[in-house]
Amino acid sequence: MAKPAIELKNITKRFGSKVVANKNVCLSVYKGEILSLLGENGSGKTTLMNIISGIYYPDEGKIFIDGEEVVIRSPKDAFKYKIGMIHQHFKLIDVFSAAQNIVLGLKEEERFDIKTVTAKVKQISEQYGFDIDPNKKIYEMSVSEKQTVEIIKVLYRGADILILDEPTAVLTPQETQKLFAILRRMKEAGKAIIIITHKLHEVLSLSDKVAVLRKGEYIGTVVTAETNEAQLTEMMVGKKISLNINRSLPKDPVDRLAVKNLCCVNAEGVKVLDDISFSARSGEILGIAGIAGSGQRELLEAIAGLQPVQSGDIIYNNPKTGSQDELRGKTPIQIRELGVRLSFVPEDRLGMGLVGNMDIIDNMMLRSYRKGKTMFLERKKPKDLAERIINDLEVVTPSAQTPVRKLSGGNVQKVLVGREIAASPTVLMAAYPVRGLDINSSYAIYNLLNQQKENGVAVIFVGEDLDVLIELCDRILVISSGKVSGIVDGRKADKGEIGLMMTKAGGGSKNEN
Amino acid sequence: MKTNEKTIKEPLFHITRRTDIPRLRAWGIRLIAIFSALIVSALVIVTITNYNPVEVYVKMFEGSFGSQRKFFILLQNTAMLLCVSLAVTPAFKMKFWNLGAEGQVLVGGLASAACMFYAKDSMPSWLLILVMLVTSILSGIIWGVLPAIFKAIWRTNESLFTLMMNYVAMQLVSFFIMVWVPNGSSVMGVINQQSECGWLPTIFGQRYSINIIIVALLTVFMFIYLHFSKQGYEISVVGESENTARYVGINVKKVIIRTMIISGAICGLTGFLLVSGTNHTISRELAGGMGFTAIMVAWLAKFEPTMMILTSMFIVFLQKGAGEIATAFRLNESVSDIITGIIIFFIIGSEFFINYKINMRSKQKEAQV
Amino acid sequence: MINTIFAFINAAIIQSIPLLFGATGEIITEKSGNLNLGIPGIMYVGGISGIIGGYLYENSTEHPVAALCIIIPLLSSLIGSMLLALIYSFLTVTLRVNQNVTGLALTTFGIGIGNFFGGSLLSFFGQTGSISLIETGKCFKASLPFADKLGIFGKTFLSFGFLAYLAIIIAIGTSYFLNNTRTGLNLRAVGENPSTADAAGINVTKYKYLSTLIGGAIAGLGGLYFVMDYTGGAWTNNGFGDRGWLAIAIVIFAIWRPTTAIFSSFLFGGLYILCIYIPGLSSSAKELINMLPYVVTILVLVVISMRKKRENQPPESLGLSYFREER
Repeated sequence: MAKPAIELKNITKRFGSKVVANKNVCLSVYKGEILSLLGENGSGKTTLMNIISGIYYPDEGKIFIDGEEVVIRSPKDAFKYKIGMIHQHFKLIDVFSAAQNIVLGLKEEERFDIKTVTAKVKQISEQYGFDIDPNKKIYEMSVSEKQTVEIIKVLYRGADILILDEPTAVLTPQETQKLFAILRRMKEAGKAIIIITHKLHEVLSLSDKVAVLRKGEYIGTVVTAETNEAQLTEMMVGKKISLNINRSLPKDPVDRLAVKNLCCVNAEGVKVLDDISFSARSGEILGIAGIAGSGQRELLEAIAGLQPVQSGDIIYNNPKTGSQDELRGKTPIQIRELGVRLSFVPEDRLGMGLVGNMDIIDNMMLRSYRKGKTMFLERKKPKDLAERIINDLEVVTPSAQTPVRKLSGGNVQKVLVGREIAASPTVLMAAYPVRGLDINSSYAIYNLLNQQKENGVAVIFVGEDLDVLIELCDRILVISSGKVSGIVDGRKADKGEIGLMMTKAGGGSKNEN
Repeated sequence: MKTNEKTIKEPLFHITRRTDIPRLRAWGIRLIAIFSALIVSALVIVTITNYNPVEVYVKMFEGSFGSQRKFFILLQNTAMLLCVSLAVTPAFKMKFWNLGAEGQVLVGGLASAACMFYAKDSMPSWLLILVMLVTSILSGIIWGVLPAIFKAIWRTNESLFTLMMNYVAMQLVSFFIMVWVPNGSSVMGVINQQSECGWLPTIFGQRYSINIIIVALLTVFMFIYLHFSKQGYEISVVGESENTARYVGINVKKVIIRTMIISGAICGLTGFLLVSGTNHTISRELAGGMGFTAIMVAWLAKFEPTMMILTSMFIVFLQKGAGEIATAFRLNESVSDIITGIIIFFIIGSEFFINYKINMRSKQKEAQV
Repeated sequence: MINTIFAFINAAIIQSIPLLFGATGEIITEKSGNLNLGIPGIMYVGGISGIIGGYLYENSTEHPVAALCIIIPLLSSLIGSMLLALIYSFLTVTLRVNQNVTGLALTTFGIGIGNFFGGSLLSFFGQTGSISLIETGKCFKASLPFADKLGIFGKTFLSFGFLAYLAIIIAIGTSYFLNNTRTGLNLRAVGENPSTADAAGINVTKYKYLSTLIGGAIAGLGGLYFVMDYTGGAWTNNGFGDRGWLAIAIVIFAIWRPTTAIFSSFLFGGLYILCIYIPGLSSSAKELINMLPYVVTILVLVVISMRKKRENQPPESLGLSYFREER
């Protein structure tokens, strides 16, 4: 009997003394087989793949290639065993051309002959059906083109074991179908393929076997043909999901924030928001759905005054004065000076919402440190606030003086959301607030958002899990490639319908006219 | 295709970043580093000179504490080095690599010297000192803020920019010396030797008292500024993450420029103190490499003003001591640079063992059994 | 008049050689992402190591052999500067210490070593006076035999010792290496994005070490050229001046391209001695002219940052240390 192309036995990896990213993981893939590695965000999938490709070194466990035990100390060793990894964040050199990136690190004849490389790249492209200009510089490429370069790179090196880390997250549906066709062709060519994903339909349509991780622990491997969505979901989350998120009816909703015909262009000159219009109402949760990178971040940042706006309006209806204020073109400080109580939980918690090296008290001051007339800081109130949040939200921390980077993901998020809510906002924007959080923390966050809604706050919730969006939100705004595809009622919404709107080519209705 | 190599090579050790280390242990590691540095330096001295290293270190100690005068010179030099270190600190906390303190001090000194040279004794000394103070600080600001403006607007690499500004300043000094000293000796004599106009007065019977007092006050100011002021807080936020700063509405450009104004101003002040309080003349070597040494002082003290008192005194002590050895054993005075270098290498190298942990593979295996 | 111009060109080339060595060495180093501000110190050590080697050899024999007069100082110079570069690499690559701090300390250390041995080498051997290695200097200065016969052209362009040609060959070779070889491509990748290079199977540590060592060795030759060819085997403390920093300026001025560095070095070398050749120039104006290279470098730095052309930027990870398991 043939031995697995790659087999992992009892792999364990820890970060620091507390975080266990992988615990006793076992899996195996044969040649001509596609294995899906399934798990929620933060379940340790990427860490595991980084171990196979030599980026991390495991604390315990063994790796076998074709039945022989091997030690993978570095990516170089991984190449030796013909392992090729396509990272979620592309590992490409921006100022190099595609061809230069493809041959990077190879030990062939010393003189770098661009013509032979180009020819070989063309040959691979034809074999599997890629479309790429080998001389184009990476910084001029689209995301999909970059991914193509990554795949050709590992094929060029003759990889037999391919690992793809969430390859579809950044692709349009058409591009995804193209990618899957290519993967199937590779499988026929006898490659062993591991694809990391958390999208069940992709798992079912593409793979032969599914291995499931949950919170770093290995749950098991099942044959795709013998399983179904329900079983996989149960393996993934541990119990059947009946989300049961509370949802009350909005109490006399009024338009709090109205966005009209908003357009934004990013630093590279690409239009990231195209004619976006919607309104967020007090006392309701407005969900925003869309595939990653459809303009969600830019939209929230534009409202918060962090993203330059090309055209359009952002109107705030002040409940106190009754006035209508234009927020477009204002800095965060100017917005606050207008009396707009806008809170924002950004996607990047430690890179934007909080300062990792500062303690909880100093992080409490981030938004409020300007208070007071003297040039000196006032630390008494932030200290009280920190202690209140630690108590109320059950933040697990040694003390309020602990730097937030030492807290776990869920606790970091509680600190951040707690601070933003403490400012008693009238508009609360939260981008992926439960990403990477365990079930309990997630529910704690949902409850906090619901409380705010009941207090009459206009809540804007950007999410990725459609089940959550449908159960939590009153209305859902669906965007696709920076355009509004439509707004649906959360209570009547159909998952398939939203999925379709998210992947609508070109997005908005304008194209149809 | 397969190789027959069956020996499994496991890495001997692998390195992980450590987040928390007991403070005591961190200081233990630093002490070991200093101690090993002294041993290595001793070895170097012995191989070169054949002298008893203990005797050499005793001499070194005498260089700083041998007499009251020597002690005051130690204090004065420490004060000046500390002053420059305080100047670069806010910028470094902001992750702005100001390698141009040397030049900023120099233009500050040049401005003071120019005031003294042109005013002579045309105005009362206190007024001249005031004018010198203001012009020096302004010149320091100009030299410091220029790279900051370009960094803020176009993200021009500030370490290279400030580095180049040093040599522009040096040439500027040379130029003025050539203008002021027509005989071509290119050495500027003591300015206003007779009138002592523009010289900081002697108080408490010591020439350098005012310098020391000003720097002491400045240290307190900087400590408060960094830890308890809103501006200091903004500097920390910008240094930790520009994205967070943007998110909370901090104007990053403004903070960069404002911080470099402070940095440049303190450098200019140092230049003033050196000319008005210490040297009463100007030369290219006025800052004497302090702009660079200060970076190491600030770095070793982890940008903590109170710690900088110790680190700057330590470095000056080394330099003085090495100078003493040089004269006592008839060695070239450059030996002090060599010893300083060795000790700095050891101390900065020791930071690795504080920030990272080396995990030996074999130990882990034993733990498993 | 024409003679003056040729004499000027000749002198400018002589001035440019140490700068070119330094700049080429620093370019190779910076391409790996290491901003080695220890280069001025390394150049001092490259010079003094050559002097020590030459001195020991000249003192050991009655009749110095020309070949050994060259080989011994050359080898000792290379060893000396590589030792210093090794200190830098060990601290910044293995121990991941801040590059600026390490570099500046290295410069202090290197200049200290240069001046210390330069000032006390003779006294170790019970001699007095200043070091002067006439024989060794002669060997290094020996020019092409037919240079004299080519008139003013030969005098201007061919009258240099072998190190001058070596400098240009190394610069051109480096340019070819960076643009047309795999190792060069890998090296540039390390400086642009070490984690990508690492993922591509390039040994980042090895590349950083080797490029810093080789870069240091090349820069050290600049010091050797200065003490052997330019001053003819004599050492004066601080005689090398701030040429090391000028070399770092050239790296920026030449936007990290070795071939451009050849012309930049010539330009900067020319500015260094321009005042001697312009009649009636006051000594104060001379200082202003000496300021020009730095001012121009700042302008170049500003212009490339304003134009934001990707190919002209410094290596992206310049100044940063790399740790694979960084999360």
